[in-house]
Amino acid sequence: MNLFTILISTIFINNYVFAQFLGICPFLGVSNKTETAAGMGVAVTFVVTLSSVITYVVHHYILANLGLEYLQTIVFILVIAALVQLVEMFLKKSSPGLYRALGVYLPLITTNCIVLGVAILNIDNNYNIIETIVNALGASIGFAIALLLMAGVRENFELADIPKPLQGFPISLITAGLMSIAFLGFSGLV
Amino acid sequence: MKLSKVFYNGLIKENTIFVQAIGLCGLLAVTTSAINGLAMGIAVIAVTVGSNLVVSLLRKIIPNKIRIPAFIVVIATFVTVVQMFMKAYTPDLDRALGIFIPLIVVNCMILGRAEAFASKNGIIPSIVDGLGMGLGYTLAAVMLGAIREIIGAGSIFGIQLFGINFEPALIFIMPPGAFIILGILMGLFNYFRRKKESEGIKEETLDEFIYNID
Repeated sequence: MNLFTILISTIFINNYVFAQFLGICPFLGVSNKTETAAGMGVAVTFVVTLSSVITYVVHHYILANLGLEYLQTIVFILVIAALVQLVEMFLKKSSPGLYRALGVYLPLITTNCIVLGVAILNIDNNYNIIETIVNALGASIGFAIALLLMAGVRENFELADIPKPLQGFPISLITAGLMSIAFLGFSGLV
Repeated sequence: MKLSKVFYNGLIKENTIFVQAIGLCGLLAVTTSAINGLAMGIAVIAVTVGSNLVVSLLRKIIPNKIRIPAFIVVIATFVTVVQMFMKAYTPDLDRALGIFIPLIVVNCMILGRAEAFASKNGIIPSIVDGLGMGLGYTLAAVMLGAIREIIGAGSIFGIQLFGINFEPALIFIMPPGAFIILGILMGLFNYFRRKKESEGIKEETLDEFIYNID
């Protein structure tokens, strides 16, 4: 599979939110406003790409060498948690502006399944390091697009007359379902 | 707090899916059939009960500052155990649930229970809490899986219901169906809860009314 195919397929056809259900919690939690959605999208892109590279190195050069592949889940989640902390500290020191913009989203990312999910899928699919980076980029761009689209729709919910029991999460889920149907239209693109 | 209350709290009152809407990723992905939903639910029960038990046992030993990483390691250990167990004994289910077994680690519900309940309570209440929360998750997973399987494949637990002339609506076992059905189920849950609550209020006001007349 060439790199372009991986990129298009992770952004549109196998969109990580609409087709593979990774990152649903922040997708429903942070998509109230377009601005916060954009902030979260950038933060996720940053962390997913970085963590994919690091988990790739950890898996192929440490775990595989020692025959400890079964520790994958534990090691990866620790690596991701530590990485998020490091990124937070680094940003705080080096670029306070970016830190203020992303700060609140960073701790949330540790429990975002898209980070761990992409890291594990890279290993499962036997991607090399370049493919790993492209896959991570595509996954996070797809996530950001889904988040932005959802935020755009949800901003209009305030004006709509939604039945009381459906307000909040239920109507967001149904909207996500309709968007997911739209994304099904991309299948067969590549 | 009474144990039955703790259990009911997890199963209905604070149901992770319908009320709190956390840990949805795995739930939406694997519930293409009732049996997959049940398997995922059992895996989640095992991890929640196990991690609640260990966290409750270690709650006085774990230093406060590093409690979150410590909880995550405990949870990840139980997830790995469940993963290896399923690989060995139920390889078909392991393949069907795939990546969502290791992703139980990042189910915020489990970390949330460790932090909010098990780290503050004794062993028995913690186990009951884990069981209640896990069963609440299982209830939602089986309901969602069963409805999607009936509409999308015309069967339940693999048994055909409608004969050969039935045209299943495939969309419901595809990703969009998961979102839509869960949205509708959550709406129904809210509807009945609101109805019950408003009835409760009515009874109270009635009592007050009678009391005032007296």
